[in-house]
Amino acid sequence: MNVDAAVRLEQLDEILTTNAPQGPTLLIETLHEAQALFEGWLPAPVVERIAAAHRIPVADVYGTIEFYEMLHAGPVGQKVVRVCTDGPCAVAGADALLKQVSSDLGLRPGETAPDGSYTLERVRCLGLCDRAPAMLVGLERRAPARIEAPLLGQPAPEALKIGGLVKVALANVGVVDPTSLEDYQAQGGMAALRKARTQMTPEQIIAEVKASQLLGRGGASFPTGLKWGYAARNPRPRFFICNADESEPGAFKDRVLMDGDPFRVLEGLLIASYAVGAEHAFVYVRGEHALGYERFCTAVRQLEESGYLCGESANGPVACRIEVRRGAGAYVCGEETALMESIEGKRGFPRLRPPYPTDAGLWGHPTVINNVETLAKVPSIIMHGAQWYRSLGTPESAGTKLFAVSGSVVRSGVYEVPFGVPLSHLIFDLAGGLRPGRSVQAVLTGGAAGTFLGPDQLETPLSFEDFRRAGGTIGAGTIMVFDDMVDLRDILARVSGFFAHESCGKCYPCQMGTQRQWEILQRVARGESRPEDAENLADLAAVMADASICGLGQAASLAITDARKRWPLIFGTAGERRS
Amino acid sequence: MSSRDDSPSISFTMNGRTVVAAPGSTILSTARAAGVEIPTLCYHPNLTANGLCRLCVVEVVGMRALQPACVAIAAPEMVVNTETDRVIRARRVILELLASTVDLSEAPEALEYIERYCADPSRFAGGLRRTIPAIDDNPFFVRDYSKCIMCWRCIQVCAGDVQNTFALTWGGRGFESRVTTAYDQAMTESPCVFCGNCVGVCPTGALVGKVEYDMRQRDED
Repeated sequence: MNVDAAVRLEQLDEILTTNAPQGPTLLIETLHEAQALFEGWLPAPVVERIAAAHRIPVADVYGTIEFYEMLHAGPVGQKVVRVCTDGPCAVAGADALLKQVSSDLGLRPGETAPDGSYTLERVRCLGLCDRAPAMLVGLERRAPARIEAPLLGQPAPEALKIGGLVKVALANVGVVDPTSLEDYQAQGGMAALRKARTQMTPEQIIAEVKASQLLGRGGASFPTGLKWGYAARNPRPRFFICNADESEPGAFKDRVLMDGDPFRVLEGLLIASYAVGAEHAFVYVRGEHALGYERFCTAVRQLEESGYLCGESANGPVACRIEVRRGAGAYVCGEETALMESIEGKRGFPRLRPPYPTDAGLWGHPTVINNVETLAKVPSIIMHGAQWYRSLGTPESAGTKLFAVSGSVVRSGVYEVPFGVPLSHLIFDLAGGLRPGRSVQAVLTGGAAGTFLGPDQLETPLSFEDFRRAGGTIGAGTIMVFDDMVDLRDILARVSGFFAHESCGKCYPCQMGTQRQWEILQRVARGESRPEDAENLADLAAVMADASICGLGQAASLAITDARKRWPLIFGTAGERRS
Repeated sequence: MSSRDDSPSISFTMNGRTVVAAPGSTILSTARAAGVEIPTLCYHPNLTANGLCRLCVVEVVGMRALQPACVAIAAPEMVVNTETDRVIRARRVILELLASTVDLSEAPEALEYIERYCADPSRFAGGLRRTIPAIDDNPFFVRDYSKCIMCWRCIQVCAGDVQNTFALTWGGRGFESRVTTAYDQAMTESPCVFCGNCVGVCPTGALVGKVEYDMRQRDED
């Protein structure tokens, strides 16, 4: 063994001394750290040592590595170049970018240079759709990447792309130094936590959040206060999780909050943990969001040093430990039960339900999991009251919503609006409309698993009730605009490719259905549609929606089914055959 | 599962008939006890049920999605229908997906279901298939994963469900998932103790004893 290897093994043992005593739960963190020591990958002897220390079978550790895209069981280049080719990046020239990077490096996607310098990967959405076309060199953002010379020079400085006339969750973004608790406090930060702990009981907080009609902002729109109440009546210990694993094409609103105002999210998390009686909370950050992970780690450290993680309350002493965890490249881990499996150190397979997380979540204990934006709304609701929050928005859709607008617009960005303003306000006033001479062809609302609105529906008010009527989806607030130059068949092929790539493989309908759906749509995009496509796509959509275990498979055909109904002609057929 | 005579039982409706079950029973066990046939592929009575293949899905009135009978717990007053058009369509398409992906030639149950549900094995033909060359790396059994339907039985029987050997795991993800060992090592290099349990529970001939495999090869030649 050479000296260098001996030193690295010593460093590995240091990591294991810290992480392994906690058991399997820190496995993914250990693998991240070990990989950084061993040229970006995990050789078998290293994994055997990790497995022994964490007391996990070697095969299980290997199975975990295989599940996550950012973990490598074989050699990779010193730098992994990840080029996104999903919808919004495709509209901004991602294919040309990938071609250029490929030619600069002399590598095809999936290849590693013989000298071990680079690995090139064609990846799914990086959540940088407001800076399309996007790529990562290592974990450094090149967004927008310069298509002519993507690997040269320094990354462009990140201009803040946010807006909206009524800012609640976005109020501090661009205003505070996101690495300074002091700065956050100077804007009134932490006052809501003090108020919650000293002037309110947990029951009062839950009642207030229920009264605010705040709905989950991760896409499912489940009433937040109701969820908290379910967990709070279950036995201790209880856990709280902030889901910061945002990673669907066109979705980047949580990234802006974690990069720009992590303290607000954590203040919401502390209030929520107090309300449900959770003494241990997690923030699970998407692995590709290195900056967000760093911001949360810094913020938690400062909160701890300033004594915010414990203290006195109207309800007696409170203590809440916050652990920041990073994912490792798996969209499905945004599904709440898959995320819990990942925190437990396993492959991100979604669990069967029931039981629901509020009854049996992390390690079988009651667990509440909320999205980043949901928690970012909580401090203001506690500070100003449910009535104030409800006064924003419409009677049926309370408060404000962040929308991530991308695609064929001039100013892609994250915009906060009260529910009820028309979609056109978002697209034209805030996102600057389309480029000269272009017109709206379609708007994909609610994300890759969403539905389309047509150019005649741009005056639809942004609210749950109006979108429901118009056939749109509010979801997590993803709005992808496609102008008349975009080939929607190409977009649909990419959407279906995303789900095929991200299917975990657990249940048969999604494992095989997403693959077959992708194959058909790739062919359709090449202009080679067949008469049987309509019936085959309809059957795949039905079985995935009806019989998949989790939301990924259940929703993997939503946008495709919707497009087939709206524009049967682009599929080269005269509409869906009714069987 | 038998229940004591004094234990309470629940009743619910299945295919228009009232059926009685012990509390905590699954829809599948109740159906089988009542003589109602529900097809299963991944389910094995001695192993943890994971609801993977979804062939056992049934319609429960009031629930949005179809429910996997092998893990769905029967509840009082539930109304279950095991052979509706929706259910039959789901089963048929799942079987067509399997046939387009895996070599089912040694999977008698799957072949029987394909016939029963009028599934067209050539329906999604022409796409990516699970083509993994047979691995013949030990004196006891051969692993022919082009026949593997990813039912997880072998992984479970090797792990905590029976043997506690932990030689097997999942490689890859999604359509490209596969059963493998750590670092794809040979069975002889793995912790495998050649107990044979995995071969015993494999429903598709993906795991087959060496003697049988060799005889089959001879027959084909």
